[in-house]
Amino acid sequence: MSHEDRVREIIVDQLGVDASAVTLEASFISDLGADSLDTVELIMAFEEEFDIEIPDEEAEQLTTVGKSIEYLEKKLAEKE
Amino acid sequence: MTLPHIIPRRVMITGVGVISPIGNSKDEFWDSLCNGRSGIGTITRFDISDYASHIAGEVKEFDTGKYIERKDARHMDLFSQYALAAGIEAVEDSGIDFNQYDRDRIGVIIGSGIGGMHVFTKQVTILNERGPRRVNPFFIPMMISDIAAGHLSIRYNLRGPNYATTSACATSGHSIGLAMKAIRYGDADFMLTGGCEAPICPIGLGGFCAMKALSTRNDEPERSSRPFDLKRDGFIMGEGSGIVLLEELEHALARNAHIYGELAGVGFTGDAYHVTAPPEDGHGAIRSMQIAIKEAGLTPDQIEYVNAHGTSTQLNDISETRAIKKVFGEHVNNMAISSTKSMHGHLLGAAGAVELIVTLLAMENNIIPPTINYEYPDPECDLNYTPNKAIELKIDNALSNTFGFGGHNATLVVKRYK
Repeated sequence: MSHEDRVREIIVDQLGVDASAVTLEASFISDLGADSLDTVELIMAFEEEFDIEIPDEEAEQLTTVGKSIEYLEKKLAEKE
Repeated sequence: MTLPHIIPRRVMITGVGVISPIGNSKDEFWDSLCNGRSGIGTITRFDISDYASHIAGEVKEFDTGKYIERKDARHMDLFSQYALAAGIEAVEDSGIDFNQYDRDRIGVIIGSGIGGMHVFTKQVTILNERGPRRVNPFFIPMMISDIAAGHLSIRYNLRGPNYATTSACATSGHSIGLAMKAIRYGDADFMLTGGCEAPICPIGLGGFCAMKALSTRNDEPERSSRPFDLKRDGFIMGEGSGIVLLEELEHALARNAHIYGELAGVGFTGDAYHVTAPPEDGHGAIRSMQIAIKEAGLTPDQIEYVNAHGTSTQLNDISETRAIKKVFGEHVNNMAISSTKSMHGHLLGAAGAVELIVTLLAMENNIIPPTINYEYPDPECDLNYTPNKAIELKIDNALSNTFGFGGHNATLVVKRYK
């Protein structure tokens, strides 16, 4: 499974939304019904899945599906 | 006692919901009670081999998805899930349409004796093993014992008085009593109220085992809860929730609601004696029963059924027996008494609510559910506890006791509506 697919799967699972709603532009809070605690938990799930640490100031920027995928791809490339 | 400028209003019980070790619906619950069916068994949730006690009353086949969306359920400890389920059952049972009423005048008071022990255990383990950064952001709102009242109010958009009580095993006696007063003195017209508990987890079992409070009759789980029996050896944890809808009389009549009974009196007292033991003469229990009977406008000789706290511990059952004798005098021989904890176990913070529902169903059906496993009379517990078999008896006035660690006592008196 690609990194992007794994990210999408986590979002579907954590936020309890349909996969079709998880578009690149979708905002976690405005479009996918997350509240602030959900977004914290979501970031923790990304950290868990990819065995990385996301600093709080970077986590605050990850407001949409697309931004998260882009950030995680970059972070994982650095790691490798 | 009445405040001079307030006319007290009458409070009816018009809906009941129960999730319990002997049934997850009113009908299944009542069928178990009438047939003396035990819901106690060997614990299945985790490895119990290192514990002194292996037994509890687990809720069976609980279908979370029937009541709660998966994402929401993931953010609720089990005690809240039980409360939401029992609350939904109570609302449906009552037939009420909240859209017809001012939601600012509909409240929720639901307590838990302990709160989210499952999530607490899990998150403390994560904290110790992996550090504070891995603690879940939902930990606090999942764990706090008031959160069930919050969830149920959100589900139905109920904006009246909203909080939890906590008084260990008297928790839901207090919740329901305070909800009754909220309607009686004009703060609300309807109240969803009761209690919930989910203590069957390693630290819950370990804690009560350490107190030597639990029965260790591990080879005969269904015979282990034996209130008032000479060979009783401790209580058995149960889990679940009981929720009732309370409703001001004129509202209930206007919508032609089914009235299970009138919640007519409540008595709250403190033992001021010991953190876990009741006083030998049961003086706190005596006063809580007397206050509740008086508020109901009754005299002790009019009470026809006592649903006892009857925990199956040495101390409670003797002390409560003495208290009952003191309150009722000679009349004690003319009334029915039973402890249905013999079947469903001790639901701690949910006990008062679940047992109020037992009492209401007894009144509705004119059947007194028994105290099962009653085999060997204890000379110190020498009353008629409705041993082993349900009996038919028409009752118009009944009382249910709850007592909690800390010396908290709460008694509820219900009357047939006339």
